[in-house]
Amino acid sequence: MTDTRDASAPQDDIVIQVRHLKNGFGDQIVHDGLDLDVRRGEILGVVGGSGTGKSVLMRSIIGLQTPIEGDIHVFGENTIGREETEATAIRKRWGILFQGGALFSTLTVSENVQVPLKEFYPLLDQALLDEIAAYKVVMTGLPPEAAPKYPSELSGGMKKRAGLARALALDPELLFLDEPTAGLDPIGAAAFDELTASLQKTLGLTVFLITHDLDTLYAICDRVAVLADKKVIAVGTIPELLALDHPWIQEYFNGPRGRAAVGSAKAHAEAEDRG
Amino acid sequence: MSALADFERVDSDGGGAVLRFTGNLSLASLGDLPDRLDTVDGAVSRIDLSQVERIDTVGAWVVHRFARDKQASVEGLEPASQHLFDQVVAAEHPIELPPKPQSAFVHLLAEIGDAVFTAAHTLYGLLGFMGATVIAFWNVATHPRRFRFHATVHRFEVVGVSALGIIGLMSFLIGVVIAQQGAVQLRQFGAEVYTINLVGRITLRELGVLMTAIMVAGRSGSAFAAQIGTMKLTEEIDAMRTIGVSPMEALVVPRTIAVVTMLPLLGFYSALIGIIGGGLLCWIQLGIPPITFVQRIREVVPLNDLWVGLIKAPVFGAIIAIAGCFQGMQVEGDAEQVGRRTTTAVVQAIFLVIVLDAFFAVFFSQIGWI
Repeated sequence: MTDTRDASAPQDDIVIQVRHLKNGFGDQIVHDGLDLDVRRGEILGVVGGSGTGKSVLMRSIIGLQTPIEGDIHVFGENTIGREETEATAIRKRWGILFQGGALFSTLTVSENVQVPLKEFYPLLDQALLDEIAAYKVVMTGLPPEAAPKYPSELSGGMKKRAGLARALALDPELLFLDEPTAGLDPIGAAAFDELTASLQKTLGLTVFLITHDLDTLYAICDRVAVLADKKVIAVGTIPELLALDHPWIQEYFNGPRGRAAVGSAKAHAEAEDRG
Repeated sequence: MSALADFERVDSDGGGAVLRFTGNLSLASLGDLPDRLDTVDGAVSRIDLSQVERIDTVGAWVVHRFARDKQASVEGLEPASQHLFDQVVAAEHPIELPPKPQSAFVHLLAEIGDAVFTAAHTLYGLLGFMGATVIAFWNVATHPRRFRFHATVHRFEVVGVSALGIIGLMSFLIGVVIAQQGAVQLRQFGAEVYTINLVGRITLRELGVLMTAIMVAGRSGSAFAAQIGTMKLTEEIDAMRTIGVSPMEALVVPRTIAVVTMLPLLGFYSALIGIIGGGLLCWIQLGIPPITFVQRIREVVPLNDLWVGLIKAPVFGAIIAIAGCFQGMQVEGDAEQVGRRTTTAVVQAIFLVIVLDAFFAVFFSQIGWI
């Protein structure tokens, strides 16, 4: 059966490859026969109605949820059923921003950023760790005064940025964002989009981005994957998706909010041209 | 795998020395590079990064820090890496050093002062909360339709019925232990028969209610603090207030009623089971048949003992419920607070129960209920 393994191993420029994924809780099947590829260096937006299993898909890829069946390759290596030591090697190469930030509440922002660094590189000295945490915090757009604060002292948007700083602590190649702009004001959300895009460009990241935010899709996503009917029904750029004749996709992108997002994306592009 | 980061010193024609970095300037392949950079002596005028295969923000930061300290210029990066480097430099900000630790003596004084202040503040808050509970009871009494019957009955079950098993087991074992220890000591005077007095009086008067109060504080007082604390964190309490539901009436009153009603019943039950345990031991070890045991109990235990236990129980119950609800309401901020407040609720309740028990003991002996 070695042939099968070779055939299923993805090519170089595919960072995440999901094949025949099946997930479920008890009788309820969330995914059935789900396939997805994420290419190196792209921002892939994942959309879908509530309860279509966007977060479950992310949790399967990062190994928090064991699928009923299916193959998941990240960086060309199978992530399912691996030894803990092998899994650690992959964990060093990705960063994850959870929906609520998931900051450790007993640690300051700066200490939160240092947790993965200390875990994987115990030999770094404290002064350097403090400096790394300080510039990461500033890079994610937080004021430097936020570094010594505890998560309970931060606003929702600041928590997201602090969570992003922690996700970026190890300079990962792959970044998972679970609804990064949910709960942010429009200005904050737009700033977060720009931050994601600029970090992606600067650090050469591949971004797996779950979102409900149409503005985010238009502004920064290279491709969009649509989850419905327990699988990925379409992947492509937004114009490609619009050409498809699927009721949910049409409703999603051509609904009132979808059209509004097109307008704002155009205005945004024009502003950028002028600038 | 990628090459480890390294550097070499090259002397150039244009004056100062040049450091040329090679390999992968990334977190994973940095190795001891930061330490080795610290040992570089003398002036360095330029840093050449043209031989570097890959650079990430940590590598960029290490180089930038070195260049800043040596006032050297950095060159040789391709545009994409240069962009990353510039971003890291732009994000530089002096870190604030944590304040210096105080001397041990000052620290100790500060701790004591803090503790006193906290204790006074808590006592003040607890008194205020008791007042608020009384007002809530008054409001419910004057507007009986606001009384939450179902919530209260549900609490009866959780606080009372569900606790029967554990309290029964505990009381039975305590009854056995008291009878056994008492018999051993009293045998020295040939007064083994007084074991019955000991078991009967101490369980009804003191231990039944006291042990039950401690168990209920651990079971229900902690649960109240954790439930209300979590509701506070998830803004459920705020939601209640905005809808016009008073959390005092909806949460505190049913819980207080439940514990105040259940504690006398549980205390009496506990005393009964304790006496059964003691009776069993008397039968087995001292050969006193159950009939004789029950008859003796009726003769030697005054009715006052039962009243002493039953009068104390509701007071203990009120303290347990109020301490639990009060600490729950004090939760603010993060999940850790819920744990801390829950612990405090139990400790506070047990402490107050034992202090009050001492006062009751003095009071009842003064009025002649010995």
